[in-house]
Amino acid sequence: MELTRRQFLQLGATSTGAVGLSPLGFDLVPARQVKQRLRVEGANVSHTVCPYCAVGCALVAYTRKAANGSVDLLQIEGDPDSPVNEGRLCPKGASALQLAVSRRRVPSPMYREPGATEWKQVSWDFALDRLARNIKASRDRTFVTTDAAGNVVNRCEGIAFAGGAAFSSEEGYLATKVMRGLGVVYLEQQARV
Amino acid sequence: MTNHWRDIRNADLILINGANPAEAHPVGFQWMLRAKLDRGAKIIHADPRFTRTSAVADTHLRIRTGSDVAYFGGLINYVLQNELYHKDYVQYATNAAFVVKDSYQFKDGLFNGYDPQKRVYDATSWAYETGPDGFAKTDIQNPRSVLNLMREHYRRYTPDMVARITGIPQDQFLQVAKLVGEMGRPDKVMTIVYAVGLTHHTTGVQLIRSGAVLQLLLGNIGRPGGGMNAERGHANIQGNTDHAISWDILPGYLRVPAPGQHNLTDYVTQSASKKLQPTSLNFFGDNYRKFMVSLMKAWYGEKAVSANEYAFDYLPKPASNASWLSIFDQALRGKMEGLMLSGMTATSIGPDSNQVLQALSKLKWLCVMDAFATTSSEFWRAPGVDPKSVQTEVLMLPATHWIEKDGSFTNSGRWAQWKEQVLPPQGEARHDHWILAEVFQRVRDLYQQQDGKFPEPVLALTFPYADPRRPTLDEIAKEINGYDLTTGKRLATFAGLKDDGSTSAGDWIYTGHYPETGNLTKRRDGIQNPAKNDPTGMGFYPGWAWSWPLNRRVLYNRASADAQGRPWDPKRPGIRWDPTAAKWVGDVPDYPPTADPTKPGAPLPFIMTGEGTGRLFSNGVADGPFPEHYEPVESPIDNPLHPSVSATPVAFLYDKAAGRDNRFGTSADYPYVATSYRLTEHEHYITQQVEHLVQLQPEPFVEIPAELAKEKGIKNGDKVRVSSKRGKLEVRAVVTKRLGALQIDGKKVYQIGIPIHWGFVGINTGQHWLANALTPFVGDASSRTPEFKAFLVNLEKM
Repeated sequence: MELTRRQFLQLGATSTGAVGLSPLGFDLVPARQVKQRLRVEGANVSHTVCPYCAVGCALVAYTRKAANGSVDLLQIEGDPDSPVNEGRLCPKGASALQLAVSRRRVPSPMYREPGATEWKQVSWDFALDRLARNIKASRDRTFVTTDAAGNVVNRCEGIAFAGGAAFSSEEGYLATKVMRGLGVVYLEQQARV
Repeated sequence: MTNHWRDIRNADLILINGANPAEAHPVGFQWMLRAKLDRGAKIIHADPRFTRTSAVADTHLRIRTGSDVAYFGGLINYVLQNELYHKDYVQYATNAAFVVKDSYQFKDGLFNGYDPQKRVYDATSWAYETGPDGFAKTDIQNPRSVLNLMREHYRRYTPDMVARITGIPQDQFLQVAKLVGEMGRPDKVMTIVYAVGLTHHTTGVQLIRSGAVLQLLLGNIGRPGGGMNAERGHANIQGNTDHAISWDILPGYLRVPAPGQHNLTDYVTQSASKKLQPTSLNFFGDNYRKFMVSLMKAWYGEKAVSANEYAFDYLPKPASNASWLSIFDQALRGKMEGLMLSGMTATSIGPDSNQVLQALSKLKWLCVMDAFATTSSEFWRAPGVDPKSVQTEVLMLPATHWIEKDGSFTNSGRWAQWKEQVLPPQGEARHDHWILAEVFQRVRDLYQQQDGKFPEPVLALTFPYADPRRPTLDEIAKEINGYDLTTGKRLATFAGLKDDGSTSAGDWIYTGHYPETGNLTKRRDGIQNPAKNDPTGMGFYPGWAWSWPLNRRVLYNRASADAQGRPWDPKRPGIRWDPTAAKWVGDVPDYPPTADPTKPGAPLPFIMTGEGTGRLFSNGVADGPFPEHYEPVESPIDNPLHPSVSATPVAFLYDKAAGRDNRFGTSADYPYVATSYRLTEHEHYITQQVEHLVQLQPEPFVEIPAELAKEKGIKNGDKVRVSSKRGKLEVRAVVTKRLGALQIDGKKVYQIGIPIHWGFVGINTGQHWLANALTPFVGDASSRTPEFKAFLVNLEKM
C-alpha cells in the first residue's frame, strides 16, 4: 500500500491515540488532528527551489486560495524526494516564507530626482518611460561604431548592467540578449563578487 | 563543479580550501559527512579560522589567507618527488608528455613574455614545440616535457617553504601530504571543495588551477568522488554564468568577439582551440562556428544570414575589460552614465564601498530592480552622504521574488531544476524579465520614432514571444534549447547544430534540456525510489531535473576509465566501455557514445581541449602557465620565493592607471591580516530584510584572536574600530580561539575575521556597517575578481 505523506502523518496521530493517553494525562489525538488539518488540508502543493545558496535544495510549498481570491502561502519545507537535500534545509531555507511574503517589500515604483532628499512614488508607466529614455539617450551619447584603429565595434560604452544570480535562468538569458542587443558591453553578475 | 553535491559522498579524502561548507552550504555539507560517516573518508580543512567545518574535519590546518598556491604547490612537489602520482592516468589523460618550446623560462618570480610597462604577459609565448604537421611534440623523457618542467617549478615548494609562507607547521603538512599522496592510487579518490575563499584573491584563478593540477596528477578529475568542486553562493549564479551575464563570454562559454575580428572566420580562428594531437577530438574548437551561428540565429533570426556573416557586426566588441571593478572605475572617470542593478547591491558588495559610493554619485542615472530597498537604491542618503549633493537620478523598480515566477535555477552541480510559480506577484511587483522586455520594446519604439545611433541591432533583435512585452519563461526556455529551423522541431542534442543557418540555439550547452518530449528540468525521479531512479547506484539520479551538458553528471568522465575503457576503480565506475553492446555505459559519457577505445586512433579522453588531455601546463591564463605563489597586494611579508616580485606582477591597478590616489596600505600602518566571510544565517545582504534571520544574527562583529585581544586589552563584546587604508568599521569584538597567531617567514602574524552582511538598510538599520569599506579595489589578473579575502587592517579598542 502506498501512503501519501499526509496519510502517514494522520496514521501516526491515530495510532498514538490507540495506545492510550499521553504522558501528560490527556489525549492529544484530537489536537494533533486539528493541527494537521489547519496546516495542509486542502492546500495546493507546488515545487520550487531555495532562493539562497547554490546547493539547490528542492522545496515544497503549500498554498491556499482565500475567499477574497488572494493566495496564502501556508508553509515551505524541504522536498523529501530530492537527491540534493533529501528534505533538509538550513536556517535560511527554513525561513524562506518570511522572504517570500513580507511587509517590507517595495510597494510601487519609486523615483528620486537629482539632488532630491526624498523618493517620489510613481507609476510603472512613468518609470519604464523614464528608464527607456535614459537608456536611449546614454546609448546615443556613448555609442562607438568604429574604434580608433578603424575596426567596426558597435558598442555602447556608457551603460552597465549587473545582476542575475536571483533570476531564473530564462530571465538571465533574456537580460544577456537584450543588453547585447543594445550594444552594452559592461555586463556583470555575482560570479566575481 | 565538475561533479555534483551528492557525488561528494563517493570520495575517500575531502580537501576543503577557501570554504566553510558546514556554515555556508550546510545542506550540501551533508554529503561530506556521509562520506566520512558511511565510508570512513577523511576531511582536511585548510582555513584561517577554526570553523564548524574544522570541528568535524579530521585535520584543521590553520593557513594564512591567500597562501593556498603554496599549500597546493607543496602537495604537488611531494607527490612528484615521491613518485606518488597516478602514472597511467598522467600519461594517458594529461599533457605531461608535451614538449614546451625552449623560450619558456621562470626566473626570479617572472615567466617569460613579460612586458613591465604594460604589466602583462604575452601568454602565446608559453607554447608547445610543434612538428611539421602542426601537432605538439610529445616525449615525457624530454627535459622540457611538461612533467619535467613541473618538477623543476615545484621543487622550490619544500615543506619548509610551505611552512614559511602558509604558517602550516612542517610536521602537520607532511601528515596531510602523506594522506593526499595515497590518493594517486587507482582505487582511491579525492575531491577538492572550494568557494570564494579561493576565488577572491589577486591570484584567484591560479589558486584554483593549483588544485586542479594536483587533481590531474592524482588521476582524480572525471571520477565519481573526485574533481574540482566550487560551492557557489547564489541560487542561480551558475545558470546566469552559463547564460553569460558576463562581459567576456557569450552564452555557453563562447568568447565575446574582440575589435579587429572582421568576420566569423576571424572570430572562430582567434577564439576556438586548435587540434594539437592527431587523435584529439577538439569537440569544442571544431564545433565553435556551429554554436556561434546558432546563437546568432536565435538572436537575429531572418536578419542573420550567410551574406552578412550572420549579423556578426551587430555584436558589440568591448575595448577592454568590462567586469565589475571596471564598471565603477569607468564611473569614477566620469565615463559611465547609467547603471542597472538587479538583485545585487554595489554599495555593500564593494570592494572599497566608499569608493563605490563616489562612483554611484558620478552616474547620470541608476536603476535598481529589487524586491526590497538596498544600499544601492538608498546610496544617495547613506550615512555621511548629503542627498542634495548627489545629482544621480535614481529609479527603484519593485521586482518579483523567485517564488512568484517559474523558470529554472541551475545549482553548483550544474543541475537545472524547474520551479513552479507558487504565488502571484505581491502588490505592484513585476517580473524582472517583463521589466526588461517592456523597457526594450519602449527603447525600440523610440528608435522607430526618432533618429539615433546604429538602431539596426535594436530593431532586428528577435522577440518571438506571444506577447513581446510579457514573454513566458517557457517560451524563452525553448529558445535557449534551440530548433531545427527547417522542421521547426526542438533539438534533442547540440550534435544537431549546424553552421549554415538552419539551426538556432540560445545556449548550446543547454540544447537537449527541452526537446520535443518536454522540459526535462521538471523531472522528479528522486530518492522516493532509489532502486529505480539511481540505476548505477552512484547517485547520478539521471531522471531528477537535468544537468548540462546532455544530462551528464560528472564532467570529463571519460577519464574515470583507463585507455581500454575499464574504470580505474571498478567499485566506483563513472563510465565503462561495454564491448558486447559496443557502447559506453554508466553516466552520460563525455566521449563519443559508441567510440571503441580498444581500436587504434580512438579519441583522447578530454574531448573539449585541443590537446585531448587535461592541462598541467596552460596558456589559457594571464599570469603564468604553472600556478605560482604571489603575496596578496597588501601583505605583511615579502614573498619568500622571490622578494623582488612579491605580489602578482600582472594585477591591474585601477587607481594608479586612472591617476587616483594610492589606496593600498602597508603593514607598518596596518599590521593585521584580515579576511571577510559569510555566516549561516545570512545571505549577502537581502537577509537583512528577513525577521527570523535578523533575530538569529542581529548585529555585525569582527572575530579577533584571543592572544591579540589580550595584547590590546580588548574583551569579548567591546566596541572596536577596524580600519584599512580605505575605510573603517566600528563594531563589537568577538574574542575567540577560533583564530590564532601564525608564524609567517619568522614573523608573528595575526588574522582577523570580518563577516560581510551588514549595511545601512534593513531591519537593524541606521549605521554605516559596510565590511567592504575595508577591502581593496584590485582584482585577479585573468578574471579581475576582487581581493576580498586578504588585506591589511589596524585594530583599536574604542
